[in-house]
Amino acid sequence: MESLPIVSAILVFGGTFFMVVGSIGLIRLPDFYARLHAAGKPDTLGEILIVLGLILYDPFSLITVKLFFLSFFILVANPTATHAVAMAAYKRGLVPWRRDQE
Amino acid sequence: MNRRNILIFKFFILFAFWVLLSLWVLDPNYPGKFDALHIVKGLIASIIVVYLLRDLILHGEKIHIKFLRAIPYVVWELWQIVLANIDVAYRVLHPKMPINPLIVEFYVPYKGDMTKTWLANSITLTPGTITILVDDQRFIVHALDKSFADPLLIDQTMQKKLMHVFMEGDYDSSS
Repeated sequence: MESLPIVSAILVFGGTFFMVVGSIGLIRLPDFYARLHAAGKPDTLGEILIVLGLILYDPFSLITVKLFFLSFFILVANPTATHAVAMAAYKRGLVPWRRDQE
Repeated sequence: MNRRNILIFKFFILFAFWVLLSLWVLDPNYPGKFDALHIVKGLIASIIVVYLLRDLILHGEKIHIKFLRAIPYVVWELWQIVLANIDVAYRVLHPKMPINPLIVEFYVPYKGDMTKTWLANSITLTPGTITILVDDQRFIVHALDKSFADPLLIDQTMQKKLMHVFMEGDYDSSS
């Protein structure tokens, strides 16, 4: 049972890593569409990893089940929101950046 | 299952969810609200939601088979998310940022709304690709690099797996 907090800490750390990478990507990437990649998706994995780490930190309580549902809702809501923003930009005629345009 | 049974099934799932969230936890720090008033509130809320979403989720035939088939797909998808996230993290942190964004377009052979929704969300969840537009059977996808778009265009693993899950077309696979 001693190893469980360690696994939990590793998962939370990994989740934080992906959140930070997403934030860096948001600044570094060149245009709107590419930034959407950084805004939406590493966050999903980061949040799920953090929630998983919290589940393992205190397993077998009702909070565990609630956290599990939380990760499920993130998994459904996050891509839907990203898709909605991307479609709005596409319909307004925003042209994506390409490397050969520089 | 016929239509009425599915509605009752949905109602019980929603009500069970309500009870789960309002249960008194065996910990005095997190007291829940589990008395007659809140149970009745939950019943009314469940009925309203089932009525509003009567045609939206969990309709159609053989949903229990689809549900069972979706479980291995979700596990596979989660693993793909992890792999692709590591790839994107590498590209974002690399000093020269080896990306070359492009927009690709492809057609899917299926008709079901549910299948297309799952495919669109799976594509968006896998880092490196975003579904921009779904227009009948045409998908427009923005990819960070050509290597992210290739699995969708050439292998089409995701499309085939979803076809198996939702039993569309004549594609059959035991994997």
